[in-house]
Amino acid sequence: MTPFVDVAFLILTFFIMATKFKPPEPVEVTTPKSVSTQELPESNATLITIDKEGKVYFTVLSQKDQGVYTEVINSINSSRNLGLTDAERANYAKTYLVGVSFSQLKQLLAMPPDQQKNLKQPGIPVDTTGGDLTYWIQAAKSAFAGMRLQYMIKGDNNSKYPVFKNVIAALKKNDVYKYNLITAPEDAPAGTDLYNERLKRK
Amino acid sequence: MAQIEGGDGGSHKKGPGVKKAKRLSTRVDMTPMVDLGFLLITFFIFTTTMSSPKALNLNMPKDTKNEEELNKAKESGALTIMLGKNNGVYYYEGQLLPDGSNFKTATFASIREEIINKKKDVIKNHVHDDKCPKIWAENKGDKNSCLDRDFVVVIKPDEDATYRNTVDMLDEMTINGVKRYAMVDITPQELEVIKATEGK
Repeated sequence: MTPFVDVAFLILTFFIMATKFKPPEPVEVTTPKSVSTQELPESNATLITIDKEGKVYFTVLSQKDQGVYTEVINSINSSRNLGLTDAERANYAKTYLVGVSFSQLKQLLAMPPDQQKNLKQPGIPVDTTGGDLTYWIQAAKSAFAGMRLQYMIKGDNNSKYPVFKNVIAALKKNDVYKYNLITAPEDAPAGTDLYNERLKRK
Repeated sequence: MAQIEGGDGGSHKKGPGVKKAKRLSTRVDMTPMVDLGFLLITFFIFTTTMSSPKALNLNMPKDTKNEEELNKAKESGALTIMLGKNNGVYYYEGQLLPDGSNFKTATFASIREEIINKKKDVIKNHVHDDKCPKIWAENKGDKNSCLDRDFVVVIKPDEDATYRNTVDMLDEMTINGVKRYAMVDITPQELEVIKATEGK
């Protein structure tokens, strides 16, 4: 039994080392698979999430510079005349994602972050011309002015194409034409062009 | 079970009359430790995320009303793929005929073959012309780089297509080495043919 226990602990050690805990996700999204191998940006990015019901959420990812959040919410506040209080605006930096229309934003930001998680957000309204999402992207774009900003779209397998198209429309309105779609990795199918190319490179 | 050897096994002789000390067993029951070990293994196996998500790049063109700025595609090298409901895939080569006779139905499993066949077809019919040297120069003089110049895949998801299908089709472009592809809105004519096919 000793060798058996030895192996078991070896496996245990391996899993402890290899584990990277998933950050908690307030919205559950199953992403499609792709053969892409490019790493995701972790900072200086905006994340647009589309869940399986087609609801759209918006997140700004900035690890180093917390001032970006203030700039984003200030610019939203003034351009949309929301009349948010200082406390509500300060709360935005702690808000993981926003999935409400501008009329409900005040209500959302009045809640403490741990309560927001339990709230079922109705999604940011989007339409063929972009909708509310356009202003969020605009605010993020100006807050990150002079810095490299990447636009990530994380869509659920079962969300419908029109929602994705509307999100693209909102991005296009802000002259953003390059996007990173978040996908789960997958191997290139055997025998295809890409498979042969990757084989050659090795 | 592993055990710790207890001294020299009592081989050391004491003098007569000296009582041998009563020795306690040094064996440790390891079962609880092993139990805990396996519990942890199970926990880590379930919580671990081995593969981190990857980014698929998507570039969209700027909307333009100006006809001259639009990318022209040769009809002979164009393959249009439409995505419908219930993972339906439809395609046609060149332009859709008014009677819809070149409109074909495929599946996600069979569309790859169609893309590969079309690509081979385009390569076979390719004739070098004055535009080729420029493409060769861009690709470090690779004379094969010009062969599939006219091959364009147009992806048109309709209202019922899922995001997954769309990404799968974009991925298919990478898999098959399609250099020129575009995601375009579906036309009413195409929508009509799809509806007619799906209605069957």
